[in-house]
Amino acid sequence: MTHEILAATNAVVTLDVALPGIVWPWLVTVNMWAKSIGTGVIFMLFILLRMYPEQANKLRFPTALVSIVFISIFLLFTLADLHQPFRMWHIFFYPHVTSAITVGAWMASIFMGLLTLLAYQSYIKKDNAAYDKTLLWTAILAIPVTLYTAGLMAQCTARELWQMPTESAQMILAALLSGSAFMILMSGRKLSYEAKNTLGMILGLSALMSFIIYMSEYIFGPMKAEEVAAVLEYIKGNGQYTVAFWVGQWMTYLLPMLLIVLSRTSRSEGILKLAAILSLFGLAIVKHVWLIIPQLLPMS
Amino acid sequence: MQLGFLVDLHLCMGCKGCEIACKVENEVPLSTWRLRVKYVDVGTFPETKRTFTPLRCNHCENAPCERICPVSALHYLENGIVNIDKERCIGCAGCVMACPYGAIYIDPQTQTADKCTYCAHRVASSMMPACVVACPVQANIFGDLEDPKSNISKYIQVHQGGVQVRKPEKGTNPHHYYVGGGNVTLNPLASVRENGHTLFSNIKTLPIGGHH
Repeated sequence: MTHEILAATNAVVTLDVALPGIVWPWLVTVNMWAKSIGTGVIFMLFILLRMYPEQANKLRFPTALVSIVFISIFLLFTLADLHQPFRMWHIFFYPHVTSAITVGAWMASIFMGLLTLLAYQSYIKKDNAAYDKTLLWTAILAIPVTLYTAGLMAQCTARELWQMPTESAQMILAALLSGSAFMILMSGRKLSYEAKNTLGMILGLSALMSFIIYMSEYIFGPMKAEEVAAVLEYIKGNGQYTVAFWVGQWMTYLLPMLLIVLSRTSRSEGILKLAAILSLFGLAIVKHVWLIIPQLLPMS
Repeated sequence: MQLGFLVDLHLCMGCKGCEIACKVENEVPLSTWRLRVKYVDVGTFPETKRTFTPLRCNHCENAPCERICPVSALHYLENGIVNIDKERCIGCAGCVMACPYGAIYIDPQTQTADKCTYCAHRVASSMMPACVVACPVQANIFGDLEDPKSNISKYIQVHQGGVQVRKPEKGTNPHHYYVGGGNVTLNPLASVRENGHTLFSNIKTLPIGGHH
């Protein structure tokens, strides 16, 4: 057909409805960011209790509390993003188990229950043995709670950029990065420089791995899918989100990595804290860019 | 029974009668559409041509919206229609994000997801969907894909080589077919969208559910 041959050079939409706006906005960014911290600090406490039991002993209740706060933020923003928030209970009474949203809501609820139990065991009961048993199950559950969002995004057939294998790795790395960063900041004098240095290593290595995945997936890897290539145009050249993407990469990964190397050579806790702050704020930008760019593409 | 749709793009003249009939029949609110007709101009003057493509829910056999819905608000009817229960929907917009065809929207009045249901309420009363009735050139062909004597089955048999679906690579197995379609009409990335050339030239993006 003639028009199809000509279309290769000049096809313009001349009459259509306007494109839909952003469906999942910044509320979902906060959701993912808060969940990373909420599960990440649990991972960190689990590691610290094995490597530095004496020092980490003082972090039992503060960690449970911080995790409760951030998982509450995650749940609150999830609720706020619903257009019918008062029907949230439908997830528990009319569940559809093929949906990652349903499975995630159940797991997050159980996770919250375990966190409450941890707070009770550390603050009221003061039973470390019981706490450690509960912490083991909490840390195990924190893994799927961290990962389910990758599964949910992968269920969005329309958005090819969100692939589960890559995003599972990115979600776990984000939890390790934000968990170690938050633990560096909240531990104060409870942890020695050596313990904080270990957290810094976790932060730096998580940043390195995440950065390598982003670069190989978005920048250096030739995209085979037409849709993904079109989405990535938003972060390349003069793309709408190019600046935000690179600000996120520098703040979350590159600068913290450099600062961690500097802190190790100068034994400076201040530099380590700066790396932690940068990576925590930067992670929100990285997640936001990742969330928004696939939504800019016309679907029909 | 497996109901399906076929649009013969050779016949469609872009009158938008189907679009309006759908709006009226289903009381679709302002700024939202269950069915719309997209115009794409191709070529360079004077060798130009205008194409018209009606776009609606594809009622996929392997529907991503049904799979992602956390409360089964989106569900299959026995006749293959992917229906929606607006009373059950929590408005998470997972289905909006999952649909590769951009066919689902958040109704600004009910704050729930909504989409074309092939006029399931009319079909239940043995009537044709409103868009089929309104089409002056019978470009919309609707019927049972499992019945070899139905109009749609006969049409598919006659036009075997020319029957296409949108985005077959997604593996959704749509029950909505096009005859006479091409890359420009069925692939949204094959055409350019320039500001000022849309139906609402001053509106670049539509509000989602009216409050974001």
